[in-house]
Amino acid sequence: MLPDAQYANNTPLLAVRDLRTHIFTRRGVVKAVNGVSFQVRAGETLGLVGESGSGKTMTCLSILRLLPRGARIVSGEILWQGTNLAAVSAATVERVRGKQIGMVLQNALAALDPVFTIGTQVGEPLVMHQNMSWRAALRRVVELLRMVKVVAPELRVHSYPHELSGGMRQRVSSAAAIGCAPALLIADEPTTALDVTTQRQYLDLLLELQQATGMAIMFVTHDISLVGNMCDQLAVFYGGLLVEYGPRQQVLSQPSHPYTAALLQSIPQLGEPRDRLPSIAGEPPDLGRLPAGCPFHPRCDAALDGCRTGEPPPVFTLAQGRQVRCWLREHEHDRSAAGSL
Amino acid sequence: MTEALLEVCDLVKYFPVTRGVLRGKQIGTVKAVDGLSFTIQPGETFAIVGESGCGKTTLANLILSLMPPTRGDILLRGQPISRLSPEALMLYRKSVTAVFQDPYGALNPRMRIGDIVTEPMAIHGYPRHTRQQRLQEVLRAVGLSAESAQRFPHEFSGGQRQRIGIARALALQPPLVILDEPVSSLDVSIRSQILNLLKDLQAERGISYLLISHDLATVEHMSDWIGVMYLGKLVEIGHAKAVCSQPRHPYTATLVAAATPPGRTPPWTLPIVGEVPHGLDIPSGCAFHPRCPYAQPTCRTLTPALSTVAAQRQVACHLYTNATSADTWPPPLPPAAA
Repeated sequence: MLPDAQYANNTPLLAVRDLRTHIFTRRGVVKAVNGVSFQVRAGETLGLVGESGSGKTMTCLSILRLLPRGARIVSGEILWQGTNLAAVSAATVERVRGKQIGMVLQNALAALDPVFTIGTQVGEPLVMHQNMSWRAALRRVVELLRMVKVVAPELRVHSYPHELSGGMRQRVSSAAAIGCAPALLIADEPTTALDVTTQRQYLDLLLELQQATGMAIMFVTHDISLVGNMCDQLAVFYGGLLVEYGPRQQVLSQPSHPYTAALLQSIPQLGEPRDRLPSIAGEPPDLGRLPAGCPFHPRCDAALDGCRTGEPPPVFTLAQGRQVRCWLREHEHDRSAAGSL
Repeated sequence: MTEALLEVCDLVKYFPVTRGVLRGKQIGTVKAVDGLSFTIQPGETFAIVGESGCGKTTLANLILSLMPPTRGDILLRGQPISRLSPEALMLYRKSVTAVFQDPYGALNPRMRIGDIVTEPMAIHGYPRHTRQQRLQEVLRAVGLSAESAQRFPHEFSGGQRQRIGIARALALQPPLVILDEPVSSLDVSIRSQILNLLKDLQAERGISYLLISHDLATVEHMSDWIGVMYLGKLVEIGHAKAVCSQPRHPYTATLVAAATPPGRTPPWTLPIVGEVPHGLDIPSGCAFHPRCPYAQPTCRTLTPALSTVAAQRQVACHLYTNATSADTWPPPLPPAAA
């Protein structure tokens, strides 16, 4: 038996194992999440990168059990500090959601209710989850707003969302998300609706909050250049699969999946002028009509015959805990490390 | 020097903000475009960079002559458009077309692709066989099959729809195409295809682009010239690569720093302060002064004019009004801020 401290360090906060979430529609089954495994340790930042319809948002919504109508977790486990969130009752999830796991959404204007003041909305989780009185909650809201660097927080408590700028609204919704000191913050495209300079300010704020509170962050984005200096681990999604997973620096400097490599190549980088951008032919797949085999094979330059048939490639574990779903890496598969996740 | 294709001269567009039942009381003015001047040469790409609310789209609407300017003029090959007869204005509109940001909103869902692409030609009175011929030609040029003409927009993906939008813009063979955020609503893996297509079309046809974007990396890749806009004014104009590698205006520097890929040092690092103010409430003097670490007392009262500070570089900033400070770059921070 391990000593407690070491146990706490080694057990991930969140472990997702072979998660499959499908959406059942009249036109057929959409395999939005089709076998996704990853883990988040306390205080760590995981970047989830993928294009629209790659399954990254559905993965987050599955963890929080906020799936839209018709969507269902068909198999897999979501272990939150040992509890499988995929299997427990809605009431149990409610005690975790908003308290232990906070969430920031893409569109802060839509996430905030226009008819309630900032104080009411940021204070609500405190009253709900921590049995605070409204008076105490509002005092705490002022502190939270100060933490997220809202100017004149005493006055802003009484403001309505429409009175704030886009960057301020995103700060306010972050304040609501971190109010109960969650161990994990899920941020789903939190900067997409923000201006370029505001975006950078918000990312710096997130890192500062993380240092102050020690929370883990799952940062979801379609923009791989954004996660470059803030994530520890990177998870790249394509066609409902986690195609590549590993330490951020290794994934960015030596991508092992052809999709990651091609994507990184195709993005213009400031200060690296090129006459022509290498581009990825074709288009991302429709999750309702995934091709057989690897979902990336129709666009992949290196595709072999085996990539075009059967099931998607399995997860191969490489050195340094990297994982990749690509047959090209089969020979690098490290069997001894494969069981660790 | 060749004749400029398009010249924008001290262009101004103010929007009155009114209140009251009959909208009779004017409570303010939004200075969306406030004295812009620049030129676009044939076959070149001029990019306008700025954050939301800086007046980029108003500028595009003015150049497309979708609204009259409050003051100033636009000259196409030396002809001012304010003095054009209605017939000549039709000809002007044929010369300047646009590709829009949202490929879903820009195409009429009830029209076939063939009708969408040929509609501008029908308006300008092209005979039917020319329209059909041109339709086939532009569809091929943007990489769509001839059968696409019979289909409806919903049958196409975002990237293909943007190709349709480009085909429509090319149908009139204009010398200038305005690209308003042409890739920002597309999937990341599709963007480079469209950017390459736009570059190829420019090389083949010698068209000029006015590229409007907030993404500096894309702009650097696509453009010959960059104009940086902040709250209705141009604060810096220069060669694209030079502006990105050696920004001169502090606002440009913050944009460059924000777009610099991780692991690289931005050419000029300075702290980002506050947010873009609302267009109704533009600060006095230099509009950037509340966010600028270099702000001096003069910046609060006096609006700096765009002036040439180096070869092929215009900057509107008091840092460069006394010529000495232009020599040291980046300028040292004033002691109070440092």
